[in-house]
Amino acid sequence: MSLTTESSTNFWLTRPFSERSTQIFLGVLLAALALVTLLHVAVPPDNPLHVGAYTVNLFGKYLSYALLAVAVDLVWGYLGILSLGHGAFFAIGGYAMGMYLMRQIGDRGTYGHPVLPDFMVFLNWDSLPWFWHGFDMAWFAFAMVLLAPGLLALVFGFLAFRSRVTGVYLSIITQALTFALMLAFFRNEMGFGGNNGLTDFREIVGFDLRSDATRLGLFLVTGVALALGYILCRAIVTSKLGRVSVATRDAEARTRFLGYRVERFQLFVFVVSAMLAGLAGALYVPQVGIINPSEFSPIFSIEIVLWVALGGRATLYGAVIGAILVNYAKTIFTGVMPDAWLFALGAMFVLVTVFLPKGVAGLFRYLKRRKRDDSANPDHKHTPEEASA
Amino acid sequence: MSLLQSLSQRDRVFDFMAPQASPVDVRHGPILYMEDVTVSFDGFKAINNLNLTINDGELRCIIGPNGAGKTTMMDIITGKTRPNSGSVWFGSRHNLLNMNEPDIASLGIGRKFQKPTVFEALSVFENLELAMAADKRIFPTLTARITGEIKDRINEVLETIGLTELRHQPAGILSHGQKQWLEIGMLLMQRPRLLLVDEPVAGMTEQEMERTAELLTGLAGKQSVVVVEHDMGFVRSIARQVTVLHQGSVLAEGTMDQVSSDPKVIEVYLGADDEEAA
Repeated sequence: MSLTTESSTNFWLTRPFSERSTQIFLGVLLAALALVTLLHVAVPPDNPLHVGAYTVNLFGKYLSYALLAVAVDLVWGYLGILSLGHGAFFAIGGYAMGMYLMRQIGDRGTYGHPVLPDFMVFLNWDSLPWFWHGFDMAWFAFAMVLLAPGLLALVFGFLAFRSRVTGVYLSIITQALTFALMLAFFRNEMGFGGNNGLTDFREIVGFDLRSDATRLGLFLVTGVALALGYILCRAIVTSKLGRVSVATRDAEARTRFLGYRVERFQLFVFVVSAMLAGLAGALYVPQVGIINPSEFSPIFSIEIVLWVALGGRATLYGAVIGAILVNYAKTIFTGVMPDAWLFALGAMFVLVTVFLPKGVAGLFRYLKRRKRDDSANPDHKHTPEEASA
Repeated sequence: MSLLQSLSQRDRVFDFMAPQASPVDVRHGPILYMEDVTVSFDGFKAINNLNLTINDGELRCIIGPNGAGKTTMMDIITGKTRPNSGSVWFGSRHNLLNMNEPDIASLGIGRKFQKPTVFEALSVFENLELAMAADKRIFPTLTARITGEIKDRINEVLETIGLTELRHQPAGILSHGQKQWLEIGMLLMQRPRLLLVDEPVAGMTEQEMERTAELLTGLAGKQSVVVVEHDMGFVRSIARQVTVLHQGSVLAEGTMDQVSSDPKVIEVYLGADDEEAA
C-alpha cells in the first residue's frame, strides 16, 4: 500500500491501472470473458470443450454475484461496516430492472393489457401505480437501477452514521432493513408482484432474452461491469479517501480528531457500495429471468458476507474469488445432494476460518511472500503463524 | 428534536455556506482561556470552577493526582465533553463551547492521547499524510495527490520525530515509544497552534524519555504546548510553568521550584511522590 502512496501523483481514477494486482485481475477477467465467448461461439456443440448457453448464463450470474461481493468488501473490508443488508440494495436494483422488463412485455402478456403488467390485471387494478411510470423508458429505468438503492443508502446511512451507530448495532439494523423490505415486498398492495415478484420477461432494449446471443451479451456486459466496478473500488481504496476509510475502520474517534467528518466519509462509501450492489442486481435479473422478495431475505445478505470472508476481506479480488467459488460449489452441491448444501457451506466457512483466516486471498499473499523470502534467505523456516500474519 | 435542530442549521447544509474559520486572534492576550468551568458526572464534580490561561508559544505542564480532572480538562478543550457552566475561549475570537470536535481540530488544537492510537494498518508515511492540514472534505480527499511539497513536509516531520527509516513500515509494528513520537508527528502535520499532550512518557525507557523531552522543548515557541504528565523527573526536565490540579480546580501555579515548595502541593501530591522517587 505504501508503495502506491509514493507514486500516486496521477489522476485518482486511473491510479489502479499502475497497480500490479489490478493488472493481473483485469487480465484474468478479460481472458476468461474471451475464452468463454470463444468456446461458446467458435467450438461446435458436439465438441466436449463447447460451453453451452446454460453455462454462459450461469457464469453471468456468478459475475453479477462477484460485483455484489466487491460492493460488500468495499464497506466491510475498507470501512469496517459489516452490512448484513446488502441484499436489499441488490434486490432494489433488480426490481428497477424487473419493472423495465415488465413494461417491455407491453400487450403480449397473458391478459393482453396494453399497459398494465399481468399481476396488476389479476389484482383488478385499473391504472399503473405512480412509481411504475417512466419505467417503459430504458434510460429512466437504468438510472433508477443506481439511484433507487443509492437513495435508500443515503437516507439510511445518514440517519445511522450521524447518530454514530457502528459495529454490531449497525449490522443488526441493516439486517432489520432488509427483513422489513422483504415483508413489505411480499404484500400484493406494494405493487411489485407480491410473493411471485416480477417474471415472464421477453426483451431487453429490443433483444430477445431467450436467445443465446442475448445471454452471451448479458454475460459480457456483466463482466465489463465487474471490471469497471472493480476499478472504481480500487481507485477509491488507493486514494487518500481510501486511507481515511481504513483509518475510520481501525480508530474512528482518532480519525474524527484529525478533522475528518467521519460520518460523511462513511456515507459516501456506503452509497457508492449500495449503487454497485444495485447494478449487480440489475444485471442478475435478466439472466435469471425473475426477481422476487426472496432476494431480500436476511440469509442471502449473510451469505454475501460469507463469500467475502472466504475469499479474503479487504482485497476486493478476494471477494470476486469467494463469490465465484462459493456459488460454483453451490451449483454443484445443489445438483448432487441438495440437502447437504448448507452443511457444506458451514464446513467451508469453518475450515477457512481455522486454516485461512485471511481467506483465499490471504493464501496467495502468503505464498507470494514465501517465494520472495526464499529467494532472499533460503534457510528461513516457515511457521504457521506467518500465514495469518 | 436534535434532528429538527440540525435541519434548521442552514449553514451546515452546504460546506461553502459555513463561515470561513478565521485565524486565531492572540493579539489581545492568551491563546487558551478557561474561566469558571464546571463539569459534573452524576453529581460528581470532575472539574470545579477551573480557571486556566495559556499564553501563545508557552510550554505548560499540568500535574495532579489521579482524578484531579486532567483528562476531563483536555476533553473540554477538544469538544468531547461539554461543561455544565463556564467559558472556554481559543484566542479572543473562538468560543470553543460552540464548536464540534472536527471544527476545533481544524482550528488548530491537536491532541495526543494517553494511549497511542495510530492507524496500525497504514504505514508511518500514510499516518502522517492523513494527519496533514488539508482540505478534509470528501471530494478533495478523493482526488488528493501527493505532491512534492507534501512529500517534503512529511519528510521534514519524519526527520523531527526520528522515524525516517521506518516510513514504509506499517505503524502496527512500531515500539511503544515510536508510536508516541508518530502521534506527536501526526499532531505536527496539522500545524497546530496549541498541542495537548497527555502523558507522553508513560511506559518509555530512559533514552526514549530524553528524546521526547528534546522533541517537546523544541516545539515550544513555534506552538503552544500543554503537557499532562505524572512523571516528576520528566516534568522537571522540560517545564517552565507548572499548574497543579487538585479535585477539579487549580491548586497552585508557577515554576517547578515554586510549586514544589508550596505546602498545599506537598500535602496533596508532591510529598508522597518525592519520597518515592528518593
